[in-house]
Amino acid sequence: MTLVSEKTAARPIVASPAAWLVWGAVAFFLINLAGVIGSVVVNSVGRRWFDTWLPEGWTTQWYASAWTEFGLLDVLLVTLEVAVLVVGISVLVGVPASYVLARRSFPGRRLVYLLFLLPILMPPITYGIPLATVLYKYGFAGHLAGVVLANLVPSIPFVILTMTPFIEQIDPTMEKAARMCGARTGQIFGRILAPLLVPGILAASILVLVRTVGMFELTFLTAGPDSQTLVVALYYSMSAAGIRAQQSVDAMAVLYTASMLVLLVVALRFVNPTQLVARVKEEPD
Amino acid sequence: MTRVALRHRLAERGIDRQLWLLVPGLACVLALFVYPFAYGIGLSFQPAQGGVFGAYREFFTDAYQRDTIATTLGLSLPAAILNVAASVPIAYRMRGRFRGKRLLTTILVVPITLGTVLTAEGLLNYLGPAGWFNRFLMAVGLLDEPVRLTNNYWGVFFSLVITGFPFAFLLILSYLSGIDPTLERAAATLGAGWWQRFRRITLPLLAPGLATTFCLTFVLAFSVFPSAVLVGDPAGTTRVISIAAYHAAYEAYDYPLGSAIAVVMGVVELFVVAVVLGLRSLLYTGSTGGKG
Repeated sequence: MTLVSEKTAARPIVASPAAWLVWGAVAFFLINLAGVIGSVVVNSVGRRWFDTWLPEGWTTQWYASAWTEFGLLDVLLVTLEVAVLVVGISVLVGVPASYVLARRSFPGRRLVYLLFLLPILMPPITYGIPLATVLYKYGFAGHLAGVVLANLVPSIPFVILTMTPFIEQIDPTMEKAARMCGARTGQIFGRILAPLLVPGILAASILVLVRTVGMFELTFLTAGPDSQTLVVALYYSMSAAGIRAQQSVDAMAVLYTASMLVLLVVALRFVNPTQLVARVKEEPD
Repeated sequence: MTRVALRHRLAERGIDRQLWLLVPGLACVLALFVYPFAYGIGLSFQPAQGGVFGAYREFFTDAYQRDTIATTLGLSLPAAILNVAASVPIAYRMRGRFRGKRLLTTILVVPITLGTVLTAEGLLNYLGPAGWFNRFLMAVGLLDEPVRLTNNYWGVFFSLVITGFPFAFLLILSYLSGIDPTLERAAATLGAGWWQRFRRITLPLLAPGLATTFCLTFVLAFSVFPSAVLVGDPAGTTRVISIAAYHAAYEAYDYPLGSAIAVVMGVVELFVVAVVLGLRSLLYTGSTGGKG
């Protein structure tokens, strides 16, 4: 990855009207974004907030009530279980597949590639409804297993897409040398590829983690009462508005955002978003 | 002897034991994606009444159901077009290096991870009648009455922009930084102004990336579900097709109709994607000379 090192043209010191327009648009977007997030945060710590700029007083009671009312400990544990299981399985299944797709050419390779791309290209609701129907038929849906299985559908292709460029970066002569020295495929994976692929696997797992925690539709369609993840519990508490205090719903939303932000900050330590996309774009040949 | 020979012949065509590594992944996709999809398509042809195409007929003859296609396209197409169109000039200006670029891209990733549910909650608070946005406009004197921006078309539209714009921007920024800057400088040497450089050099090289970005943004916007329920008007102006499918399958327990609507939804979405990608194939699709 080489960055564009030179500036394309000498920039005038005083910004042109076009530059003002562009930066103004960005600033407008960011201000509104801050407003959207900020109003949730402020509301979650406000005592009463009706027709004023800021709430009348501050309190943390909504967090306590959200914690007990929504059973957040259970919800968080379920979210964690689902996320860890989905990440683990999709990495175990996806990495070998992406190795074959990145390195080998074989009859039907394009078809296989298309099969792996389709779940990412389709809206989750489209395949989620038939998938949930099938999972209910076999008794998986409504439990943790159903949620995990449903979330695997977009996650495995996502791991494959993310891992392909990382695998392409590894020099194939290294594997050939190992094979010359008598290593078997299993040993090549364990001793050569796995250590070299650790950064890629980390990046893929964190991205899948973020996606799984944020995935609403599939979890919503397959979750039962005791297998809701945080985002689905949030949706239910919002759509049943009026029963709960708005502020405790907001407190829950803040907890959700905070956990997503922590994940995001961790993810960005390993992945540069613009570079990742630039790598991914080359693959659908 | 013949077994070895067969194995050799297969290996020459690229088939050997290493392909077994592909099997778990393929099995998952086949069992969890292809089979349910086929099952859903099969189910959609077996409604309780009305013959083979009964469920589809039910969908297309009922205006309340049929119009969901137009409603969904009316939301997702403008949102996707706006997201892509606004990203191009902004990304074009930011494609070089400047201080704080990493911070800016980080901030822009935030809305993608927020997800639609939190965005909906935020929009209800922020754009609501007593929210900061209306309060500000009234304090400045632009408005006398709060403008209604939630629980209608605009609430859903804004939520699509908030989640979709950063996504489109980051994709286009990475496509733009993949274009070799020397091409533009060569054009500048030959006397091309910035508009000519953009129109004749950058835009043609960017076009395939634009098509891909549009498709991905459109898919995101097309599958709008939680925000259409929460900030929208789910019984009226923002009754999108995914709500119709969900109602049919999980509230009316009419699985054939739900599957039929899901199939219609997939067909419409793939049709738009196919049109855009078809247009893209008419354009230049070679190397853009930069990083790859």
